[in-house]
Amino acid sequence: MKKPLFIVGSLFAAILALGSDQPAVHVAPTDSVGPRPLEKQTETAVIRDYLQAWHSMTGAFEQNRVDLLDPDFTGAAKERLAGTIREQAKVGIQTRYRDTAHEIQLVFYSPEGLSIQLVDTVEYDVQILDREAIVTTQHVRARYVAVLTPTEVRWKVRVFQTEPE
Amino acid sequence: MKCRLVFLVGGLVVVALPLALAQTGGLQLPRTVEAGSAFSIQSTGSGNAVLYIVGPGQVLRRNVRLGETTLFAPKDIHNAGHYLAVLVAGSSTESGVFDVTAAHQPAALSLLAKPSRLPVDVRDGISGVAYVFDAFQNLILAPTQVSFQLSGVAGAVQARTALTQNGVAWTKMNSAAKEGSAQFEARVGDAASTRVVQLVPGDPCHLRMKARPSGQRLVVETEGVRDCSGNALADGTIVTFTETYEGGESTVDAPLKRGVARADMPAHSGAKISVATGIFAGNEIRWGKKR
Repeated sequence: MKKPLFIVGSLFAAILALGSDQPAVHVAPTDSVGPRPLEKQTETAVIRDYLQAWHSMTGAFEQNRVDLLDPDFTGAAKERLAGTIREQAKVGIQTRYRDTAHEIQLVFYSPEGLSIQLVDTVEYDVQILDREAIVTTQHVRARYVAVLTPTEVRWKVRVFQTEPE
Repeated sequence: MKCRLVFLVGGLVVVALPLALAQTGGLQLPRTVEAGSAFSIQSTGSGNAVLYIVGPGQVLRRNVRLGETTLFAPKDIHNAGHYLAVLVAGSSTESGVFDVTAAHQPAALSLLAKPSRLPVDVRDGISGVAYVFDAFQNLILAPTQVSFQLSGVAGAVQARTALTQNGVAWTKMNSAAKEGSAQFEARVGDAASTRVVQLVPGDPCHLRMKARPSGQRLVVETEGVRDCSGNALADGTIVTFTETYEGGESTVDAPLKRGVARADMPAHSGAKISVATGIFAGNEIRWGKKR
């Protein structure tokens, strides 16, 4: 009897986690990040701003609004995502990204402190809508590489692409 | 209790099954595609369908004929990323995933060299960070050798190489002993990026003055003020002359002009005159008869 209860408990926890709006986030220990020493405060800010960038991207892709990328993306990453959104609008589709889990590892903090790189194994659901009708929903797992650079008030994503797992 | 569990587990299997089948259905996809390469997607069946290629890096929507090969021209998908391919024909949906990877050939470097201005002769004083991109602005994640070089001022050219990790390579260089403009270059094959680093004189290392009478006063003047490598300190650097005499002290701040600072001071017999710039003190002179 104990075993089924355990399974039900686990499933319930999983369902709760799935139902939550916030993705599960795990950050690997940052002891070996370099060459610049990484302060805890910087690490916290980078993770916060990176996750916020995912949130902005989700809204931008769902509403086909390029301006929603402005606070969190810059440079090539912003241009690329904006290009995709314009293409979505042109062909009449929208995409809903819902990130459910992030396994983040900070891998490089440049000597002068002007760029920080992370690798993130992300799990997310993608829903494709064609002329507002849902076409499909798929679960995706991908490994993202992101480079963030500091701006006046936050870290912005400058490079955002995947690599094959 | 058992029934509920069986239903739950069974339900999960039923939900999971179409997803697993969808991945292995009649949609034949390449596993990876190099950015800027042509590729094709093959479907089975007959009739019309819509093919969606979706990823944050790019989206495509194509009307296709089932059973035919859909061709993608070299530049149709050039942004590296993880893509979802979905084929919709009526109520039937098939899907799969594939990766577009950066092209192997580096085409551009993003070089951050800091600082842009620093004193001469500083060990590991200049840092260079290079991100390597292909022709489509994809970060090349495969390890790539980057050559760094600091040149343009007297002395030997400094050269280092570094292998990229996750698309980035970095190094540190010493600033040269001679002031001037140095070129800091990062290169991968034909792709190169250069930054100018201004090397300025270091802290003063040589500060001597002379004094001579001028009517009822005296004129103090330094020799050329230089750093430890022999570079003349920049004009405008403040030199402070201090004259201490019985019952008082006079101080004059004078900027370097053409490498020399000069000041006019009261001539008190027995006065002690000292000179300094920043925290570096030069020689002392005792003026007139000794007390």
